[in-house]
Amino acid sequence: MIRNINFVSKFKKANFISIIIFVLSIILISFKGLNYGIDFKGGTLIELRTETSIDTSLIRESLRTMNLGDVNVKKFGKKGDYLIKVEQKNSNNSSLIPEIKKTLSDYLNTEVDFRRVENVGPKVSSELLQSSVIAITLALAAMLFYIWVRFEWQFSVGSIIALFHDVTITLGIFSLLSLEINLSIIAAVLTIVGYSMNDTVVIYDRIRENLLKYNKISISDIANLSINETLARTIITSITTLLALFSIYILGGEILRGFSFAMILGVIIGTYSSIFVASPILKFFKVSYKTLEKEEEKIVP
Amino acid sequence: MLNFSKINIIIIYFIFFIVSIFSFLNFQNKNNLILDKKVNLGLDLQGGSYLLLEINSDSLVEEKIQSKVIPIKKLLKENNIKFNNFKINNTSLNFTVDDLDKFELVFFSKKDNLVNPYIDNYRSHELDFRRLSDNFIEVNFSKFGLLTINNAALKQSIEIVRRRIDDVGTKEPTILQRGEKRILVELPGLKDPERIKKLLGKTAQLNFRLVNDNSEFGTDELISETGEKLKISKRIVMSGDNLVDAQPSIQNQQNEPTVSFTLDRLGAQKFGRATTDNVGKRLAIVLDGKVISAPNINEPITSGNGVISGNFSFQEATDLSLLLRSGALPTPLDVVEERTVGPDLGEDSIKSGITSLIVGFILVILFMFYKYKIFGLIANTALIANLLMLVGVLTILEATLTLPGIAGIILTVGMAVDANVLIFERIKEELKTEKSIIHAFDTGYSKAKITVLDANITTLIAAIILFAFGSGPVKGFAITLGIGIITTLFTAYFLARHLTSIIVLRTKNKEIRI
Repeated sequence: MIRNINFVSKFKKANFISIIIFVLSIILISFKGLNYGIDFKGGTLIELRTETSIDTSLIRESLRTMNLGDVNVKKFGKKGDYLIKVEQKNSNNSSLIPEIKKTLSDYLNTEVDFRRVENVGPKVSSELLQSSVIAITLALAAMLFYIWVRFEWQFSVGSIIALFHDVTITLGIFSLLSLEINLSIIAAVLTIVGYSMNDTVVIYDRIRENLLKYNKISISDIANLSINETLARTIITSITTLLALFSIYILGGEILRGFSFAMILGVIIGTYSSIFVASPILKFFKVSYKTLEKEEEKIVP
Repeated sequence: MLNFSKINIIIIYFIFFIVSIFSFLNFQNKNNLILDKKVNLGLDLQGGSYLLLEINSDSLVEEKIQSKVIPIKKLLKENNIKFNNFKINNTSLNFTVDDLDKFELVFFSKKDNLVNPYIDNYRSHELDFRRLSDNFIEVNFSKFGLLTINNAALKQSIEIVRRRIDDVGTKEPTILQRGEKRILVELPGLKDPERIKKLLGKTAQLNFRLVNDNSEFGTDELISETGEKLKISKRIVMSGDNLVDAQPSIQNQQNEPTVSFTLDRLGAQKFGRATTDNVGKRLAIVLDGKVISAPNINEPITSGNGVISGNFSFQEATDLSLLLRSGALPTPLDVVEERTVGPDLGEDSIKSGITSLIVGFILVILFMFYKYKIFGLIANTALIANLLMLVGVLTILEATLTLPGIAGIILTVGMAVDANVLIFERIKEELKTEKSIIHAFDTGYSKAKITVLDANITTLIAAIILFAFGSGPVKGFAITLGIGIITTLFTAYFLARHLTSIIVLRTKNKEIRI
């Protein structure tokens, strides 16, 4: 399935688009912000099921009497399932949940079943946010180091820029759509880092091999050749991964929806960035077969 | 790469069969005595409660610093150090001393220092002081002094939390220390976490104190159960520490639920003396600063048995006796994180997780067969083997499977074929230039090897970091993702390669298409 698509000619246009989307994502994240879930903001989340379908505004109204602060009510999956999010006002009310339950069943006059309750205190939520940021930073650093050991620094920097691109744009889209960022989204982001890296490494591996094989050809042409040679694999793997992810997205239930959506975005962006971000950067760093030779001399004295 | 020695083949299939057999252990109904291993279901799948409790040691530190007041004053007097302006703050003591050097010497003496003991483990004293101005100093607990207090309180709290939870009788609770101030509690299958939360939320410090207007120890004004304002002496006649047992009981006359308690010898003596001396007065029973009841002492109680009444429901009497039996917590416990999943949501999650796994699996298998025909079958065989081995390893490790963990398995299904795709595509390329088919397969496998390794190690790094930093369900995802990578490498590079070699070697150099 080796085709000969001229990717190099599209690099400029792609990079231009990438930069615009990247900058837009940063603007969105810093001005519109991210919609943190209770994991990172603290608060109470209740997934409830009622026997009869109720208007969400009625639930909201019944909770207003409790003076809970910011209350968010939405439908969640099946009919009669709702998700209530309560901003934490006083963190230490141990009987908050039974009180909410009583208020709801009294006001709505129906059986209310709390299927899931999550309560995260302000201290824990800020710790979770902190450890998530550390985890993502550490993951990026570990990738940087691994590629630096296996390849040369130019490759390592190139792959990290591609990763930044992927993570930022994924978060940018989450900001744009006001989708919730919780612990499972962080897990998705870390997996995207792994997946995008995986994709980049396959192309880099081929670039390195071709650089040694054809030392007269420019890096642009080498990159083009390598991308084409690995294109079939890139596409097939993306398809099988996306098949699995769409299956989770559609059939895996509400809890996994955000996670699988983030992964789907990540796989698409990651595949794009391996070709259109990670590869052109090598030209920018003036990588040639000499870069590889120098390294080899150093290793084998 | 296509030549396998007999011994290699035996080892490969031996490993595969042993590991896969474990995956079937999950489907047996009865408990197998020899191999009773199963994948544990996480709280999100089987339902249950996860609680993170934090000790709130502020009041304890206050109490402890107050208990230092008399010893410090005594120490100063014994050593003829004049002091002035002695003041007790929340967590510190302020005063001036006339001879600071001498104070420092006795305060930090290492030998037989009962006021400020030296903690060998930390090479530090329990207390520390700093100069606020010339001779005005502030004494408070050192960093390690606080750590010692917290540690002791935490250890004791864990013990009492365990007793309370065991007493309620939930199945297989997990109670662990987390850091310096926290206790992690996992209660699988729990239907009503509110009762447990209520039980853990009470310190259950029980005191018996006399109702007395003019006590030399000072009084607290508390409101009784009937709404009556009572002046209660600060002196504690007897505390809950002296209780050896407490049980719910019914008072026959009014059919009223009460709590009967039994005291230890020392407690019986104290109680006996106090009730003998104070016949006719009222004795307040105070729990966590609230009066439960304040009955009249009609006659001396010397038997060491007593009854607490207080308009309880039977449930309340049961819970109170449970709390009294388990002992008082040294500090209040705050619930800083709670995650509860009802059992029916857990079941729904398993159902949708398994459905999406099956559908995802079938889609990938169909696609691979469409793309690579006979070699697609090989990749698919490897994929099935991979899934069996992945579940097998999870079973051997008795790992906890969570909903994100199931997502990790599905993702592994999607990504696992990558190793074979890389190899097959490489072989295709080799077939273009290479005359010998066997040779093309051979170089295809060896050239793709490094790429496959590099590509999978990056995902493995992500999984390891997730495992280290993730909590609960996310950890479950990291486990399946990480183990999935290892089983993927095994199945692609040993099983699939062996199957490929059988086909390639049998067809000799006839036409072969990938």
